[in-house]
Parts: sequence; C-alpha cells; structure tokens
Amino acid sequence: MDKTATKPSSLSDVAAAKQKKSPGAQSLGVGLEARGVHAWFSGKHVLDGISLDFWSGTVTALIGPSGCGKSTFIRTLNRMHEFIPGAQMAGEVLLDGKDIYESGTDVTKIRLKVGMVFQKPNPFPSMSIAENVLSGLKLAELKVADKDALLEDCLERAGLWSEVKDRLNAHGGSLSGGQQQRLCIARSLAVKPQVLLMDEPCSALDPGSTLKIEETISHLSSSMTIIIVTHNMQQAARVSDYTAFFLSDGGPGSMIEVGPTSEIFSRPRDTRTENYVTGRFG
Amino acid sequence: MTLLENKPADIPAPREITTKPRVSDKIFRGVVTAGGLSSLVILGFILIFLAYQGYDVLKAQGFGFITGSAWNVFTDESGNIDYTQTKFGIAAMLIGTILCATIAVVIAVPISVLTALYLSFYAPATVKKFMIAIIDLMAAFPSVLFGIWGFFVLMPSAEYWAKLLHKYLGFLPFFDMQVPVYTRSPFIAGVVLAIMIIPIVTSISREIFGQTPLDRIQAAYALGATRWSMIKAVVIPYGRSGVVGGAMLGLGRAMGETVAVYTVLNIVYQINWQVLLGAGGNVASMILLKFGEAGTGEIKALMAAGLVLFLLTLVVNSIADLIVKSTGAKGR
Ligand SMILES: Nc1ncnc2c1ncn2[C@@H]1O[C@H](COP(=O)(O)OP(=O)(O)OP(=O)(O)O)[C@@H](O)[C@H]1O
Ligand SMILES: [Mg+2]
Repeated sequence: MDKTATKPSSLSDVAAAKQKKSPGAQSLGVGLEARGVHAWFSGKHVLDGISLDFWSGTVTALIGPSGCGKSTFIRTLNRMHEFIPGAQMAGEVLLDGKDIYESGTDVTKIRLKVGMVFQKPNPFPSMSIAENVLSGLKLAELKVADKDALLEDCLERAGLWSEVKDRLNAHGGSLSGGQQQRLCIARSLAVKPQVLLMDEPCSALDPGSTLKIEETISHLSSSMTIIIVTHNMQQAARVSDYTAFFLSDGGPGSMIEVGPTSEIFSRPRDTRTENYVTGRFG
Repeated sequence: MTLLENKPADIPAPREITTKPRVSDKIFRGVVTAGGLSSLVILGFILIFLAYQGYDVLKAQGFGFITGSAWNVFTDESGNIDYTQTKFGIAAMLIGTILCATIAVVIAVPISVLTALYLSFYAPATVKKFMIAIIDLMAAFPSVLFGIWGFFVLMPSAEYWAKLLHKYLGFLPFFDMQVPVYTRSPFIAGVVLAIMIIPIVTSISREIFGQTPLDRIQAAYALGATRWSMIKAVVIPYGRSGVVGGAMLGLGRAMGETVAVYTVLNIVYQINWQVLLGAGGNVASMILLKFGEAGTGEIKALMAAGLVLFLLTLVVNSIADLIVKSTGAKGR
C-alpha cells in the first residue's frame, strides 16, 4: 500500500490554505494527520489513499455523495473502524506526530483525545443528564477535582446549560432529539478531547437545533480541532474553515479536492467538485 | 379552553377503530390462539387434578400440611387412611426445596453471567462457537446423569469445600453444624443443581447481552472506555432485567428438579437449615421417593404435596416477574 501513501498535491494545498486562515484563530501546535489511509470492508476496498491534515483551531468539513466513504474515513481517525467485523485499514494516522495504529498504542487514550459525536443522538438511557455528561470520566477512569464546574462548563459550551440546569437529574432520554445531541456533544467535551469528529451531527434535527449546534461548533473551534461530515452545503459553508470533497466512481472513495471552504464553494478547481457543490449531481 | 367551554357538542367521542381481517389472517389467528390456550388448558387440568386428588388430605391436615414435618401413615383394616393418627407434613421438604434452589442460584448466576460476558465480549470466534455448542449440550443432558456425577465425583471433593466453609464461616448459622456428616447435604445438592441450571441462565444472559444496542456500545468506546468499563456502563444496565428473568427460570427449574436431588441428597423429615449437614429434602424428590410404595391414601397426600409445590413455584415466578418489571424500565 506504500506506493499510494501520500498525495503531495492535496497536502500542499492545505499547507497553502493554512496561510490564509483568518487571523485570530489560534494554533495550538498539535494536529491530526491522515497519511495514505485505505480502508476495506470484508475485502472490499472503500477508501483509496486519503491524505489530509487537520490543524488545531480549525473546522474541516467532509462533503461528498452518499457511500463515498466519509464515515469510514472519520472512523479510522479514532480507531472506531476496527469494531466492524471484517474491517481493515492501511496507511497512518498521526496524532501529534505519533501513529495511532502503532502496536502498543493504548487505544482508549486515543479515543479520549479524539472524541466522536454520532449521527443519531445516543445518550445512555440508564443515566441522568448530569451522569451522561460525566460518563466519560467514569468510563475512562479519570479523576476530576470539581465535577460540578466541569458539568456546567461542558453543558455551557454545548449550548445546553440554560435548558437543563434545573433538571440535571432527569433521564437523558427525556430530552428532545436536538437537546440529546447537544448532550452527546457535552459528554464528549467532558474528557477534554483535542479533536472532535462529528458524523452528520445535525441530520436528524430541526433547523433550530441545527443552528444551536452550529453555534456550538463555532465556539468550540477556538480550542480544538473539529472534523464534521455533512450533506448540507450551507452548513459546510457556515461552520468550516476547510472543506474536503470525497467521491467514489463506483470503486473506492477518494478525496478529489481540499481547500479553504470559501474557495471550494466559489471557485473549485475540479469540475466534479463544482458540479457537486452547485447541486448538479450527488 | 374557550373552545371547549363554548361548544362542548363539537368534541366527538373517540372513534372505535376496527379493521376487517383477511381470511388467511383469521385462520392464522385461530391457530395461534388455540396453541396459546391449549398450554393454559393443560396446565389448568393438571392443577385441577392435583387439587381434586389432594383435597381430602389437605382438609384433614389443614395448615399442618405445610407447617408440620412428620410423615407417618396409619391405616385401618380395610387399608383406608386413619386420619386420627396419620401425620402428613412437608415443611422440611418445602424448606429444603427453597434452600437447595437458592444455593443453586447463588452459585450459578455469577458463573453464568461471567460466562455470558466472556462469550459475548471476550471469546475468540472459534472458542465462542465451541463453548456455545457445549453449553447447549449441557442443557439437554439428562438430570439423572448430573445426579450420578454429583454422587460419585462431586461429593468427595465438595466435602473438602464444605469443610472449609464450616471452618471459616462456621459462625454463620447456615454453615454451622453439630454432627460432622458432610456427605449428601443440601449444599452438595445445591451445587449439582447449580451445574444443571448454568446452561439456561448462561444462554439467556448471552442472548440479552448480545442485544445491547450497538450505538451505545460505540458511544462508550468513543469516550475512551475500556471493555470492562463499557460493560459496566452499558451492557449490565441494559441486560440486568433479562439476567434476573433468566435466574428466575433457573430457580424454577431447580425447585422442580427431582432425580438429581434424589440421587444426591439424604432425604430426612426434619427441618434443617444447616446446609452442610447431610440431611434435607425437596418436595419433588420426596414424591419420587414415596411414590413407589405408597398406597392410595398416601398417593393423595403426594398429590397434595405436588399442588403445594406448584403454588410455591407460581408465587416465586410472580415475585420474579415483579422484580423484572421494577428493574426493567431503567437502562433500556
Ligand atoms: N459495515 C459495513 N460493512 C460493509 N460495507 C460497508 C460498511 N459500512 C460501509 N460500507 C461500505 O463502505 C462504503 C463507504 O461507506 P460510508 O458509510 O463511509 O459512506 P458515507 O460517505 O459515510 O455515506 P453517507 O453519506 O451515506 O453516510 C460504502 O460503499 C458502503 O457500502
Ligand atoms: Mg456516513
């Protein structure tokens, strides 16, 4: 698989794009880099050598038609891919320069640093709202001095505090879908990840909740790296600094183009990207 | 609100919604209903039969039947039971039934749950397949073989464990004993029963653990959970009520077990709470013991004992149902 390990063109694009990043966004000097990532399901090749860098303090949107491998790709970034029986991968994913697939890596630590929000809100129904938010501490056996402060901070950052502060002991399932999704975001924030992966976090939500979550993303992006998969072009344009376009022409999915979001939407270099973002196919 | 007050007549009564079923649906419905009812009817007939047969004895003995422990049969010249002297009491057997079954559940449930967790979340695919086959085979094993195995193989080694229990936990009344007779005790019968019910409790637990919603499992892992912390936070809350249900099924089976207990246990008509002492009983195995040589009058007493066992099982199952319902809502 080494011969396709890197695609320098896309890498240098991002490097160039990084220069243009709007001032004020802070770079924390850490990053997540995918290097020639391939993926298979039961021998079926579904991702073809994706190389993509994500800088701290930026939001990257992954767009592309259904089945092009966006979800598969982000699941390789925190080693959730390997839960599917028959799933394989090749290439490297570097977190702060270290390959997360290296043997001897503590995979639970990786998932603490690279959190994930799923398409369908999935709070733990046996736990209260507060317990849900703090569940990551228990699951990962972390100690925190001031749980109440953390609870409030996470709910505040997820844009949910004002709505639930009077019923923190209610069941997580008693919230609306949009609130549940923000609860799930708060839950991922409690373990203080460097990177947050979001796979179509708003696809099951109403426009109001979607807007709330987009605001949340904007707030969070100053302190962490966010990678969001979305089918909503306006959403990608609203929340992201960079956009990567994925496409599969029947075979494995590959990345066609990546660049600053404004460029991808206004003057993409590839006609396939242009066709997709203008709604002519996909 | 004003609408409601001004025009009460406008609010219609709720409509009754009916659908006209198709013929094929009707036929299938009939078949299923008949099947469902037949098991109820058969159970009802057994209950009526037992009640009818046991009525005389229950009437003559009254509450003494379940509080007394003597079983002495006196007959007059024509072979009829002489109720002035005869004593039928199954208290010792009832207590023995509960004691043995409880020991069985206490031993079997932790082992079964751990086995089920191992099979669901840790075992490699080949080991898993192999073990499931073995466990299913164990469930179909005739109970007399468990009894014989318990008698010849388990008894000598269980004696060792029993002695240890007595030595270190002897201050507990259950593990106390005055006479050092360790063989054929309720403890050993309970261990045999435990091994008998492990397969069913394991199967049910594994089934329910396997149904844990994948998105919750993934959510836990995505938060940096280890496998064990994921199991504690997600799988056990989800499966708890199912495991309780499985345990109760095992308890029911242990309470009704006849041959295995008959083979292992030393049946004595005396209430014995000391589980390590070689004396005890169980209603089902007592019926088996007495059935061969019983005259018509005594057989009626055995039927009455069967009725009491039946009702006891019913009560235990209802309690189990309540427990399942009260633990069920949470974690689902
Ligand atoms: N569990 C699986 N087993 C087998 N094949 C899978 C599995 N999950 C995904 N695939 C295949 O991998 C390819 C990529 O799927 P993926 O879910 O990554 O697409 P996606 O871009 O996220 O699509 P969508 O926008 O619809 O969510 C598809 O061809 C899909 O059929
Ligand atoms: Mg997807």
